[in-house]
Amino acid sequence: MHKASVLERTLRGIALTLVIFFFMFPIFWIFLMSFQTNETILRVPPSMIFEPTLTNYRSLISGTLEGSTATLEIRFMSNLYNSLFLSVTSVTVGLLLGVPAAYAFAKLKFRGSEDIAFTLLSFRFAPPLLVLLPLTIYFQKIGLADTYLGLIWVYQLIVLPLILWIVRGYFEDIPSDIEYAHRIAGHGFWSTFTKIALPLAGPGIAAAGLLAFIFAWNNFIFALVLASADKQPVTVGALAFITASGINYGQIAAGIMLSIAPTFALALYAQRYLVEGLSLGAVKG
Amino acid sequence: MSETKLRISNIDKFYGAIDHGVHAVKNVSMDVEDGDIVALLGSSGCGKTSTLRMIAGFEEVSRGSISIAGREVHMLPPVKRNVAMAFEGYSLYPTVTVRDNIAFALKSSGKPAAEVAGKVEQIAAMLEISDILDRYPSFISGGQQQRASLARALIREADLYLLDEPMGQLEPQLRTLLRGRIKFYIKERGLTAILVTHDQTEANALADKIAVMEDGELQQFASPDEIKEAPANLFTGTFVGEPPMNVFPAKARSSDQALVFDLQDGSELSFPRSVFARDLHDRIMALQSVMLGVRPYAVQRSETGAQARVLANQWLGDQSHIAAEFAGGALVLVEHDRAALSEGDAITVHLDPSDLHIFDPASGVAVSHGASLAG
Repeated sequence: MHKASVLERTLRGIALTLVIFFFMFPIFWIFLMSFQTNETILRVPPSMIFEPTLTNYRSLISGTLEGSTATLEIRFMSNLYNSLFLSVTSVTVGLLLGVPAAYAFAKLKFRGSEDIAFTLLSFRFAPPLLVLLPLTIYFQKIGLADTYLGLIWVYQLIVLPLILWIVRGYFEDIPSDIEYAHRIAGHGFWSTFTKIALPLAGPGIAAAGLLAFIFAWNNFIFALVLASADKQPVTVGALAFITASGINYGQIAAGIMLSIAPTFALALYAQRYLVEGLSLGAVKG
Repeated sequence: MSETKLRISNIDKFYGAIDHGVHAVKNVSMDVEDGDIVALLGSSGCGKTSTLRMIAGFEEVSRGSISIAGREVHMLPPVKRNVAMAFEGYSLYPTVTVRDNIAFALKSSGKPAAEVAGKVEQIAAMLEISDILDRYPSFISGGQQQRASLARALIREADLYLLDEPMGQLEPQLRTLLRGRIKFYIKERGLTAILVTHDQTEANALADKIAVMEDGELQQFASPDEIKEAPANLFTGTFVGEPPMNVFPAKARSSDQALVFDLQDGSELSFPRSVFARDLHDRIMALQSVMLGVRPYAVQRSETGAQARVLANQWLGDQSHIAAEFAGGALVLVEHDRAALSEGDAITVHLDPSDLHIFDPASGVAVSHGASLAG
């Protein structure tokens, strides 16, 4: 690497600062808001000087929302738990189904394989609202409406095509001869899949899992229509902050901080793993 | 007489639908004896790798059967065929070291660790890769990966060893050394190996028998000497041998004393009739037009003989390759001394009937080979 001149380093520093400021400022502002009351948030002009308070977090965690006129019960923590449960289970189910399917689509050429793969992808073409109405009716008839099972099932529409198409590409990049070498050395199909293909596609599976988790976590419309209050994730539950007596910006901000924490932590963790996996240069020869 | 280790019976390979797809291997049959090294030799796309992959089980056999050590295997998955293979693209497991790559199969078959370690060291020493055993495949050169892949195959105990271009990436000096060592290793243990190569020198040096393939068909399956002395057809004759065999069309004509071949440029080659056995003479006369072949090493300059004009003269450091205009085409001859010839010089060449290969120009099939003319 060549040595950067002082000017070059300064310019690069300024550019990076601008980019970081651009992307991080809203999150930073929300972070500040979460420690303020509605009164200080809505000051004109806004100011960064205020007396920090933990009341927003306290009321979210205790579950009581104190408005200006009345005290409301909110289920933020149970919503957070629902989000976590729905996302983790959906992604787990999606990985269990999607990874072997992706392997089959990548390595086994069978009649109609392209058509099936495309059909699965096409689930993401249709706007969710289009399928929601018939789906609601079906779910009510077969008793899946307002159940975790039903929601996880519908979430597969989001996570499965994503996992399938990302992981398939990674499997396709593994030279078949590496798997042949393993199989000819006395190992079966399953052992080759678990010992050779899975580790080599590891970074891709991690990336797909992470993306699928974020998509599942951010989903709003499916849970809004198909779940009642006790099964709703945070994305839907956050609507509770918009009350008849006003919008509780402080609590919304605290809610946002709490709800992005899991995805944020996961991204930080998986990012390290992704970089490690890719820098080994395992797949490309 | 030794037993047959590998029997390939009338196999066909179609990529795509049978009888409609690309016909990559056409009705190939061969028997490989226990303890033999067989080279599949041919240019790229000739079907040699497809054949090897069918033996390994990575490609389905479209028609025909393959048996290894008396077992029909062409319907079995690779894992059940008990063959070891070194891949052209090396295909080392990227996530483990070279040492673990080589030891992989032995370890998973439950051999004691100490025994495996000893074998790995031994084979690594033979292939000159002892110093890279603890490195990962992506951090070693192509030649080193190739040797690691070869070691991973040879270390196993299998009925059959399949080596796909096993030395293509090695430097010439190392290649010569390893050829000798690998041949010794295989012969010492009495292993049976199929080697795919496009390098004649490698095939000649390693193989007991060479299977020459072209356009999906097996052209000839014989020992290296036999292929050189008695090529079965024009393709084998011109494909095997460096520089390639000279061939030129001729029309045969018979007189009382001589069998005369009229060449394209109006000149003629005349041989005493007594050189040719009666039935051979009759067959040549029945064909009328023939292809004459003569190896560059067998063409000699002499006081009397046919006239030729030098087109080029190259000194390769240990031999001269002289190309001369002859019979309307080019004739190449090889001399071991530096030839003092330059372009345009007239030379006289002598073709001995005992060096002559005669082919049927229509089918390409050999009619006779020099040494057996009178036979």
